[in-house]
Amino acid sequence: MLLSVEDLKIGFGLLEPLVGVDLGVDAGEILGLVGESGSGKSMTAMSIMGMLPLMGGRIKQGRIVFDGLDLTTINEGSYRKLRGGRIALITQNPMTSLDPVVRVGRQIDQASQLHLGLDRKEAKSRTIDLMDRMRIPSPQHAYDLFPHQLSGGLRQRIVIAMALAGDPDLLIADEPTTALDVTVQAQIIQLLVELVRDRGLGLILITHDMGVIAQTCDRVAVMYCGRVVEYGPVARLFDDPRHPYTRALISCIPQLGMAPGTLTGIPGMVPSSQNLPKGCRFHPRCDSVLDNCRLREPPMKTEDGRSVACFLHEGGQR
Amino acid sequence: MLGYTIRRLLALVPVFFVVSGVVFLVVHLVPGDPVDHLIRTGSSPDQRAEIIARYGLDRSLIEQYISWLGRVISGDLGTAIVMRRPVATLIWDNLGYSLALGGWALAFSALAGVAAGAIAASFRERWIDHGLMGVSLLGSTVPTFWLGLLMIMLFAVQLGWVPVSGARHWTSLILPVLTVGLGGMALVARVTRIAMIETAREDFVMLLHAKGVPRWTIQIRHVLRHALIPVVTILSLRIGLIIGGSVTVEYVFARPGLGSLLIRALSQRDYPLVQGCLLFLAMAVMLGTLLGDLLQAAMDPRQRDEATR
Repeated sequence: MLLSVEDLKIGFGLLEPLVGVDLGVDAGEILGLVGESGSGKSMTAMSIMGMLPLMGGRIKQGRIVFDGLDLTTINEGSYRKLRGGRIALITQNPMTSLDPVVRVGRQIDQASQLHLGLDRKEAKSRTIDLMDRMRIPSPQHAYDLFPHQLSGGLRQRIVIAMALAGDPDLLIADEPTTALDVTVQAQIIQLLVELVRDRGLGLILITHDMGVIAQTCDRVAVMYCGRVVEYGPVARLFDDPRHPYTRALISCIPQLGMAPGTLTGIPGMVPSSQNLPKGCRFHPRCDSVLDNCRLREPPMKTEDGRSVACFLHEGGQR
Repeated sequence: MLGYTIRRLLALVPVFFVVSGVVFLVVHLVPGDPVDHLIRTGSSPDQRAEIIARYGLDRSLIEQYISWLGRVISGDLGTAIVMRRPVATLIWDNLGYSLALGGWALAFSALAGVAAGAIAASFRERWIDHGLMGVSLLGSTVPTFWLGLLMIMLFAVQLGWVPVSGARHWTSLILPVLTVGLGGMALVARVTRIAMIETAREDFVMLLHAKGVPRWTIQIRHVLRHALIPVVTILSLRIGLIIGGSVTVEYVFARPGLGSLLIRALSQRDYPLVQGCLLFLAMAVMLGTLLGDLLQAAMDPRQRDEATR
């Protein structure tokens, strides 16, 4: 495993936005992280990036092992060298992710100058090469533009080029297409998939779009209220979803030929982390509640390469 | 950038006409007749008429304005009625003192204010932040004349480090600069701190951290750089205020300056001098704002493009 997160629990004061997160990603593999807003997807990304202290949070329990190194034990100086160097982040909103007063080319240069020790000239030629590979038209010219002079799709390509500039092994893309037009979304996802396949990067793709997960990922972790509730290979998870939440998410994907008005949603809302229900966190919205669900949290059971945290599958029974 | 500068300069022309009209009228709207101040009690009507004719006070306001504006544009601001010297000369003589005080005070408030604000923002919610913000609250609320007197007592009278008053030696500039500059520094420090804290929350700053950029590089090269944009606006708005509005400080330290000149002209109802001073200060405010806008455009490419579009 390139990266494995084991039993991760994080805290912000008394709040615990993540409890018991387990997942892993290998080189050349795409792990999908899916769930509604507030399920802890971005927090998981921030934890792996070691950026919780910036936001006032900390890791309370568990390990994050990257390439054999437990990241929860290293100091900020060593972490900083990994960030942008071996682990890179692509953020949600390309409109706000770039420094508005710095030329985009220089922003890409910064990563390779920091992590590969290139001088300004070398960094520039690497940047232009990267921009070209990101299919940014006339990279020589685009290098000197400011972010506001580029479209959203181009800006996201700049952000991706910036993430690649430090030559990372692991890429975390936090909803990389949410802010973009549908036509551009597909191009950006395609670009990311190619990167993984061609360069053997590990990619954690965070999204709330089950369609994107089904088409691109190798494995999926479904998150709800700060927990991974189901985890497994993508084909089997879609063929035979075991957690009622996974089932509900899949039934939210619109399909061609569906009778009008039959697209379902999930009733209720994601509870806030200050106000979590007792027992299974999903039980107030679940369509197959057992008595046990109201009393205790179901433990994660792993069987046959896939895991689920639900009493319906206690002991592997269906 | 050049086109932007030219356009901004041209935009000042109509503003100049409006301002000069107001400056010209204000003095005529104030009650009191300047002729009364020019003649001794018991003078004959002939002497009175002679003075009115000499200063053009018998013509209509429009005529007075046009001829006044014509002279102003050619650089002749008239002759002070009471002081009997050319207004331009009087302003020029005092300008040096005002510029020295204003310039140094502005530089002090900019440098010290930005430094204090940046330190407070970087150590947010810790004792150094609370300390700096406490001092800055004090600095912006203490009246300048009182602060000036306190500093004279301590540094000039008790310690004897600097002269009590006057403007003969450069050391006599230190206390007035501090007195005027502290208020500005407090303001700049608060604006810098808030702007840096706001900027630090932006997504792009998160991404800079994710890129592995060292924390202090982010704070200084990126966050502070953004925070300076509103600071430039604040400082440019203060240029006029500092050059013309340091009257109390000039009085406390017995320094000459444009502020004192204007107050003296007002109390003596000296029309040409009041107009000359007001016009000059209005120009200083206009040019200060222009300078601020140009600096902002130089610092922020978005602003540049918005103006060019």
